[in-house]
This record gives sequence, structure tokens and C-alpha cells, in this order.
Amino acid sequence: MQRSLYLDPAKCTGCLQCEMACSYEKLGEFNPSRSLIKVFTFHEEGRFAPYTCTQCDDAWCLRACPVDAITINLSTAAKVVNEAKCVGCKVCTIACPFGTVNYVHETGKVGKCDLCDGDPACARACPTEAITFIDANATGYERMRAFAEKSISAANATAS
Amino acid sequence: MSWTRKILRVNLTEGTCTPEPLNMQWANDYLGQRGLATKYLVEETDPKVHPLSPENKLIMATGPLTGTMVSTGGRYSVITKGPLTGAIACSNSGGFLGNEFKNAGWDMIIFEGRSPTPVYLYIENDLAELRPAEHLWGKSAWEADDILHADHQDPNLRVAVIGRTSENGCLFGCVINDRHRAAGRSGVGTVMASKHLKAVAVRGTLGVAAPHSSDEFFKAVADGKEVLAENPVTGQGLPTYGTQVLMNVINGVGGLPARNMRDVGFEGAENISGEAMHEPRASDGKPNLVTNAACFGCTIACGRISTIDKTHFSIRDKADKPQYQGASGGLEYEAAWSLGADTGVDDLDALTYVNFVCNEDGFDPISFGCTVAAAMELFEAGKITLEDTGGIDLRFGNAEALVAVTEALVTGEGFGAVIGMGSKRLCEKYGDADLSMSVKGLEFPAYDPRGIQGIGLNYATSNRGACHVRGYTIASEILGIPVKTEQTDTDGKPELVKAFQDATALVDSAGICLFTTFAWGMENIAPQIDAACEGDWSVERCLEVGERIWNLERMYNNAAGFTADDDKLPKRLLKEAIKSGPTKGQVNRLGEMLPKYYEIRGWTESGEPTPETVSRLGL
Ligand code: SF4
Repeated sequence: MQRSLYLDPAKCTGCLQCEMACSYEKLGEFNPSRSLIKVFTFHEEGRFAPYTCTQCDDAWCLRACPVDAITINLSTAAKVVNEAKCVGCKVCTIACPFGTVNYVHETGKVGKCDLCDGDPACARACPTEAITFIDANATGYERMRAFAEKSISAANATAS
Repeated sequence: MSWTRKILRVNLTEGTCTPEPLNMQWANDYLGQRGLATKYLVEETDPKVHPLSPENKLIMATGPLTGTMVSTGGRYSVITKGPLTGAIACSNSGGFLGNEFKNAGWDMIIFEGRSPTPVYLYIENDLAELRPAEHLWGKSAWEADDILHADHQDPNLRVAVIGRTSENGCLFGCVINDRHRAAGRSGVGTVMASKHLKAVAVRGTLGVAAPHSSDEFFKAVADGKEVLAENPVTGQGLPTYGTQVLMNVINGVGGLPARNMRDVGFEGAENISGEAMHEPRASDGKPNLVTNAACFGCTIACGRISTIDKTHFSIRDKADKPQYQGASGGLEYEAAWSLGADTGVDDLDALTYVNFVCNEDGFDPISFGCTVAAAMELFEAGKITLEDTGGIDLRFGNAEALVAVTEALVTGEGFGAVIGMGSKRLCEKYGDADLSMSVKGLEFPAYDPRGIQGIGLNYATSNRGACHVRGYTIASEILGIPVKTEQTDTDGKPELVKAFQDATALVDSAGICLFTTFAWGMENIAPQIDAACEGDWSVERCLEVGERIWNLERMYNNAAGFTADDDKLPKRLLKEAIKSGPTKGQVNRLGEMLPKYYEIRGWTESGEPTPETVSRLGL
């Protein structure tokens, strides 16, 4: 089964365990500033939203790269930066409509989420299931389920 | 990992910022944060210094677990000599600042002297410099935070900042970080203001190094998180209701003081409870509570994010003040009690508004609410007049008066300046010192020591004055954690208080949140410290470090002039029995507990650690 990261802002508490987990996985240190998943705080709305690469099928970053440094991992379908090839030209960072691939000045390369070879550290670390790694074909099911539930209460109301 | 082994010394008089190695011998003896910073303060300052003089120092310190994946590992503390009490002051805060210090490579920052003009400290990893802050002085904590973010064009900047109350000399000013987290008690913000230090703005991108034994570390961390998730208090109660889960519980067991502790039991408790924060309101059908929120690394997420009803009198005419229209930090239990039950006000929106202002301008809602409550009692007794208050009708239960006096405190004018002195000085000024509900000058939190005996002993002996988070025996006496003790008994309470005080000193020195201890015992905490830090950190060693810290603080206070005579409770709590409810007839029986407490602490009858205790703890 192909899996996708599924992000549910309504469940996020803004604790940043995901950012620590991501940086530990990639760098062996706790460094939220280098995390490839970011949690944004919307103070006045009282909301938190985790955000990272959606792994587009036909990926802008991959297409834009002039040196073919971004390739597809065939088992996870993640678009992965090959650091040995990346020349740090940043064209992919301009091409990505979501801003989820970024230049990393410490390495002179770009960085983006690669789904940790099929076991994303962020999803493992999230204490509230705001980040899960689920069937890529079923990322809408949670919301479908909520609407389905409404439909049974409506049906119940009509029946009684 | 653990310690960065680097501290920053900021001399405000000279305008210099100098890195230094961390004293590792002291780190081994005092762990970090509260304990370690106290050690530095003790070694470097005269305990008799005036708290607001340049000779006092102010230390911001992280713990060895700050910035790691240990649940709640994001804490930092501010340590100094407190202006409200003249005793050691140590205030702990969550939010995201502690992690940022650590990621910038600093265990601790020591501020000394006084800057000739207002400044702020800017830290970006190794770069640390004092910058002019004339444009920030006179601004609220929130405005200053906004300006710093705009000036630096960095949304990831973390800011600790004081508000106008601290600048105006209010003695219970806080240091606010991340807009609604605070090093809240004892007036640490006032000390910061006396140094003309408006803010610390920090950005850290260096990372916190991996633990030396990573398998062991991640196992201990995962076990710890599981314990928190499965515990009913940390897994459900706190995320759902925050600390406000306690309002109805404490009221129900006859432990909730009201109206300057004249009464026990508050008829309006339900209206200002955690449950009430979930109720849809009439005007727009939305509840007060928007969501819960976590501090850095916290898997509990007790924080409250709330809104004020737009039709409420407190903000109805403030459409030009967007800061009150959206969501911000909502009521915690202590604030709901002090601003609410203790003043007799049960208007949830009024309390939420006042709580916003406490954050916006950086002052302690507990000391503030209690001082207003004392003023209300004096007002009703005719000792404070309408003329004194500038026309504010300061009766118990008057929400408009509470809001008016809050706004007066922020400007620091008229009666606001009087309230800013705290309840002890206010009650002395108006001729009835006994009405100040405080110990060593620090106001009480939300648990009545008549209905709950052990907490009274903890208040009386707490090193920073009446404080619940120095030895939270409520866990045992009310909630049965780790074992239930009878709330109105005094037997066994000295032992209980000592055990809680020592364990808390350790927790506060580690970089984690005290609320973990609803679920974690030292057997959960020690393995996490042990896996993160060099050396062997057994349960026994952790407890010994806790006890050492407690005694170090005590010795500082004794040297500052405190004696056994200061380990006392206000007369009201020893003499005026509870009038009604489940704890009717009770007074606090401190005299039954205190001698035994001194004995098991290894202190003389005059409350000084004996030479044997001093040498046993390696002080
Ligand atoms: S339990 Fe609450 S105060 Fe403690 S770290 Fe978590 S959110 Fe912050």
C-alpha cells in the first residue's frame, strides 16, 4: 500500500515533538530550526497547523531541477533530494507551489521531506495523531466518516 | 546533550556579553536550572543586597533536559532575589523560550549591574549583544514582542519581555515569553526592569546534541510519554480542562478559599470553572475555550487558549484594541481563583479579560488578585475609601471594579500604584497588617490551609513565600497521588511536605514541567535524566540533589535575614475556623507540624540547617 502523511490541524497542540523527531532522524540532534516539517501557530485564531511536502505525483521540484538531483523513491513514492548531486541552485524552491522544499545554508543543498524511507519520524512522535501515515488512497476517509455519521443521525431523526 | 557547558555573562553596567564555561562541579551537585542558578546566585551575590539594586543579579537558566524530546522538556527559570519578599525568587516558565536558549548554545545567562539606558539582549547562536530599547520602553509586553519580531523580520524569534507594570515599579511583575507564558511569581520582572533590561530576543539554530546513550534515552522517553498518556490527570483531565479541572474539585472538598480567605467555599465556582469554559455562551454560541495548547515538547498540553465575549462590558468599547478580540492565553486555575473566587467575582469573561491584561503587561495574577481581595476587605471595612481608590467601588464581587483596578495598575497611577505594592505593604499602609494573606510577603495560591493541612506547612516553609509549586501536597491530600493522605490530618504531613519539596526542587532543575508529576514519580524521571546526562543519576541521587537545593535556598534566606519566625501563616488561617461546608470548624494546625518538619529536615529549632546537615549534603 502506498502511504501518505495525513496532517490534521484540529488535533495539533503545537508541541513541536515532530520537529524534534525530524531533526533527530536527519541530523542526530534536536534542532527544530532544521526540521523538514513545520508547525505554524495562528495566535489570534488559537490554531496550530503542521505542514510539510505533499509528495506531488508530478512534482514541480523534480521537474525543475537542472541536475536531476531529485528522484522518486520507488517504494514510498517520496521525492528525494540526492545531496551528492544537488548544486544548491534553489530552482526547486522557486518551483514548489507550497514552499516545502527549502535551501539549507549549513549544507549548501536543499532539504525536503523524504518520508523517512516509509516510517516518518514525525508521525511516530506526534502525541495526538495530528500527524499520521495512512493509506494514500484514503486520506479523505476521516472526513467522510464524520459526514456519514451526520447522515445516520439525520436518518434516525427521520425514522423516529 | 544535557548541558551545553556554556553560560553567558551580561554586564549591563559595562554593556558587555562574555561567554564562560559552565562550572561542571556545580552542575553535578545541582543539576541545572533552579538548583544550579541558585548556586551561582549564592556564590556571586551578598544575600543582603537590595533586590532592585544593581548588585542583585538575575539569572535565566535552562535544565539539562530542556530542548530534548523528553515530554515537557522546554522549561527555563528566572532566579534572583525577589522584591516582594526579599527572599530567593525562582520562577519557572514553559512556552518555547527555554528550547531556543539551548539551541543557541547557552545553558544560562547571568545578568549583572544596571544599564544606564533601556536595552534588550539579542542572541543569535554565538552572537550576543545588548541593543538600545528606548523604543520598547513604555510599551506593553505584547507590543514590544510585536516590535522585536518586526524589527528582526524573524517569525521564529523567541522573546522574553517585561510589561509596563514592572517598569512602573509594581512589585509582582513577571517575565512574559511567547505572549502568554510567564515566569510569573515573586516579581522577577520587576528585578529585570530595575536593570533597564526590557527584553531578551533569541534565535538558536545550533541544535541540541544527541544523548550519549541514545537507545536508553529513547526508551526512557517513550516510557515516560506512555505513562503521561495513560494517566487520567495528564492524559485527559489536563488537556481537556487545563489546571481548571481543579476548580470544582477543590471547592467540593472544602479547600477553596474565597473573599480574601474570609470564607471557604465559593458559590460562583462553577461559573468560573474549567467546565464553564467549555459551555457555549449566549452572544455567539461559542465557548470561552478555543483549544488546548502545549508548551515546547509537551505531550500533556494543558494550556488554555480562550476568547472574550465581544459583547462583554470589558471589551465592548475596545473595538480599536485588536489584542482583545482574538484568542490568547486563557484562565489557569490559580488565576481563576485569585482573580475570581478570592475577589468574589464569578464573571468568566471579566476574569478572562483581566488574565489577558496580566499577560499583556506582565504581572502575576495570583499576587494581583489577592492584593485586590485584601483591598476589597479593607474597603468594605471602611479603611480604604472611595477617595483612596479614585472612585472605584471596590466591593467583593464587583467585576467592573476588578477591571477598573486592573487598568489602573497598568498605568501605575493613583490606586494602581498602591495595588502594585502587593498585599503585605498595602495592608500595613491601611492599618491592618493581618489582612494580608501572604507568607514572607508572597500571596497565597488557591488551596486553603485550614481545609488542607499539609499545604499550610508547605506555604509556611516554602523558600519563596506562600507557593503551591514548591511542594504540591494537594496531589496526595486531595487527589491521592501517589497515595491518599487525609486532608485534615497533620500526622505524617511533615514527611509528606519534605518529600514533595525535595522532589520538586529536582524537577525544577531538570528542564521539565512539574505537571508531569501528576503521573511521574522519581522512578520515571531519574532514568530520563540518567540517560541524558553524564554520570549516574539514580533516584537516590536525584532526591539528594533536591534536598541539597532546598537547603541551599534556605541558607540563602537565613543569610538574608529570615528566621523561624517567618515560617508562619496569617492569623486568620490559624484562628478563624471555616464557617461552613465539608471542612467546617477547621483551622490550620501549623504548630503540630512545624517542629517535626525542622527535625526531619535536620534543622535546629530556629530553623537553621545543623552542621551535620550541611556536611551531609555537601553544602
Ligand atoms: S503540562 Fe502544561 S504547563 Fe506543563 S509543559 Fe505541558 S502545556 Fe506547558
